[in-house]
Amino acid sequence: MIWLVLSLLLPFITAVACLRKERCGPWVPRLSLIGAVLQLGSAGMLMNHALEHEYVIIHVGAWAAPFGITLVADLFSAMMVLITAVIAVAVALYSMGDIDQRHTQKHYYSLIHLLLMGVNGSFLTGDLFNLYVWFEVMLLSSFVLITLSGTKDQLEGGVKYLLINILSSILFLCGVGLLYGKLGTLNMADVANMLSNHDDALLVNSSAMLLLVAFGIKSALFPFFFWLPASYHTPRVSISAIFAGLLTKVGVYALIRSYTLLFHSQFDVVQDVLLFLAGMTMLTGVFGAASHFDIKKILSFHIVSQIGYIAMGLAIGTPIAIAAAIFYTIHHILVKTNLFLIAGLIERRCGTTDLKKLGGLAKASPALALLFFIPAFSLGGIPPLSGFWAKFGVVKAGLDAQHYWLVGCALFVGVLTLYSMTKIWAEAFWKKAPAAGKEQKAASSDSLPKVMVIPCVGLALITVWLSLNPEPLLELSTKASEQLGNPQGYIKEVLGK
Amino acid sequence: MSLLITIMAGILFAAGVYCLLRRNMTKLIIGIILLSQAANLLVFTMGGIRAHQPVFADSETGTVAAGHADPVPQALVLTAIVIGFGLMVFTITLLMRAHAVLKSDDVNEFNHTDALP
Amino acid sequence: MDSVILRTATRFLYPLLILLSLVVLYRGHNLPGGGFIGGLIAASAVMLRALAVGWDEIKASRILKPIALMQYGLIIACVSSLIGLAVNNVLFQAVWLPTWYLPVIGKLKLGTPIVFDIGVYMVVLGFALLCAKSLDSNNN
Repeated sequence: MIWLVLSLLLPFITAVACLRKERCGPWVPRLSLIGAVLQLGSAGMLMNHALEHEYVIIHVGAWAAPFGITLVADLFSAMMVLITAVIAVAVALYSMGDIDQRHTQKHYYSLIHLLLMGVNGSFLTGDLFNLYVWFEVMLLSSFVLITLSGTKDQLEGGVKYLLINILSSILFLCGVGLLYGKLGTLNMADVANMLSNHDDALLVNSSAMLLLVAFGIKSALFPFFFWLPASYHTPRVSISAIFAGLLTKVGVYALIRSYTLLFHSQFDVVQDVLLFLAGMTMLTGVFGAASHFDIKKILSFHIVSQIGYIAMGLAIGTPIAIAAAIFYTIHHILVKTNLFLIAGLIERRCGTTDLKKLGGLAKASPALALLFFIPAFSLGGIPPLSGFWAKFGVVKAGLDAQHYWLVGCALFVGVLTLYSMTKIWAEAFWKKAPAAGKEQKAASSDSLPKVMVIPCVGLALITVWLSLNPEPLLELSTKASEQLGNPQGYIKEVLGK
Repeated sequence: MSLLITIMAGILFAAGVYCLLRRNMTKLIIGIILLSQAANLLVFTMGGIRAHQPVFADSETGTVAAGHADPVPQALVLTAIVIGFGLMVFTITLLMRAHAVLKSDDVNEFNHTDALP
Repeated sequence: MDSVILRTATRFLYPLLILLSLVVLYRGHNLPGGGFIGGLIAASAVMLRALAVGWDEIKASRILKPIALMQYGLIIACVSSLIGLAVNNVLFQAVWLPTWYLPVIGKLKLGTPIVFDIGVYMVVLGFALLCAKSLDSNNN
């Protein structure tokens, strides 16, 4: 139980400790790294506990379940908290090389840890309104982070990001309010319990749809995704990486949680909508990626298309599909963060991420090429890399459930994903270096700092390990999905009946 | 009373959406403020509005009188207002800075970050 | 802006408003009030002073450093939540001191909720000051 509290407390303490930059100067990055490592430790212990006891539950202030706020860690939550901590360590390490004094002065490290607290809180809460509050914690810090340098692009992207996300919060609040008006409770287990005995579809559907739109905006589903490619490529790479890895996944988590727990008895209401949205998300994301020529923009669009795959797993809704979605989420967080971090390395080395100005990297720096190759082609789904297993799982689940057009869609998108990854590969690494500009030569003369390379190598190694040895994670995902598929167990544990 | 506030929430939603769809940056802020107030009102009415029936337990019996007002939506709205306050302040600051940098209050000018090459 | 009336009025209003904010903070547990509202009243008092005498004096103040206020406020709020964990092994549970009776104030009931409120008060004051500073038009 203490590990659950620590998962929220450690980022908070780190954030507060990092707040006074004039006091501890060069210690701030190290402090943030220590905080992240401790967080990884506590997340590991939480995972361990969740495996042992199935559910780790805290009633805050000892108020019994439907009345107080409950924090719940089941297997799925614990997995997400663990992967968050892994990303936190990688980004904290990378920031030591990427973040300059000016950004540290602007409280970069505090904001990152507040963001992590918001993310962890969203994963761990068992109360709808509390979820809203954690979302806001996460969003407020992300708003500041995305506009931290104050450049023109960042301010412009920031405005789009901010307005759309505020709108989503408002819709979320309306959904929660309507649900409370109908049921008189906010505890997720209690809501699920009441809804499974209720048959009044009218009000439930309105809140289900409001929540779908709210979470859809956060997770960048099809008609609501446009804020993401407009803003994610603008901030510093460390910030983009942590956003790309975690923020949309919080939306996905909320979607999975809503439709496996809250509305599990009314799943068929949203299933068709979700199936359609998943397919369209995959397609639009990958088309956007195919049309761009900047590594960071391509990667941003890929987030959208990959979210489509995860949503497809959820939409199919069979246990094996949910397991595939969970596997996909974990794989995607690792790979996508890594890709952004590597894009940062490329930017550091060549001074740009524009494919038209890049070239000849395979010859100039074969190690970087190998480093890029692993996550990029894992994302593309080349066997035996982890992306292949993830895609295979989702497609298999789709075939089993006879959603043939969606499977066709997924395969087609897979080909296009590979195409755009090959595009980066061919343009940046294989193509001959363009007539060297002055800045490019100047930039490439200094070598890359070790603190920035190590996290990339580490994440790539985890990807390779997952690729060669996917059974443990598959087994874990299956277990988590079984747990999600049995909401009665969750309800019973939380309400203590 | 409930009906009146509900209608007001609806009007606020409509006005907020209308303002959001304008191209002017100031109207954007007004739209967001109206929408968040509309959401607050919506949540507020969800508990049912009952005047003169606070949830105070009777000192002798220790029970609450029937038909009391539900305190939870009020607590929720308070939290939402606090959060909304922070969000609004940040939005206004950000839009002010964006305006200073982009030198325009027309939202259509915000089209650099997702332009194709 | 320079106005004799405002400056003179602020000299009396400022301490009164701060006192009011503290009263509101204290009575918040059972009556309307609390850390958030108290913090806002205090922030508006400071802003009133800033309007009357200018931001420079506020910036020179040792207590009114927004980031430090927020930091200590967060620490205080966090500690108050942990006291419950330490005493009763329950996060955020209220722990009360025995009630005292004081001559002027009357019944004085102190416990972790008020400590939490003090933290909130400081965070809100710090946050409001930070925002007001960054919105101040002379501050670019």
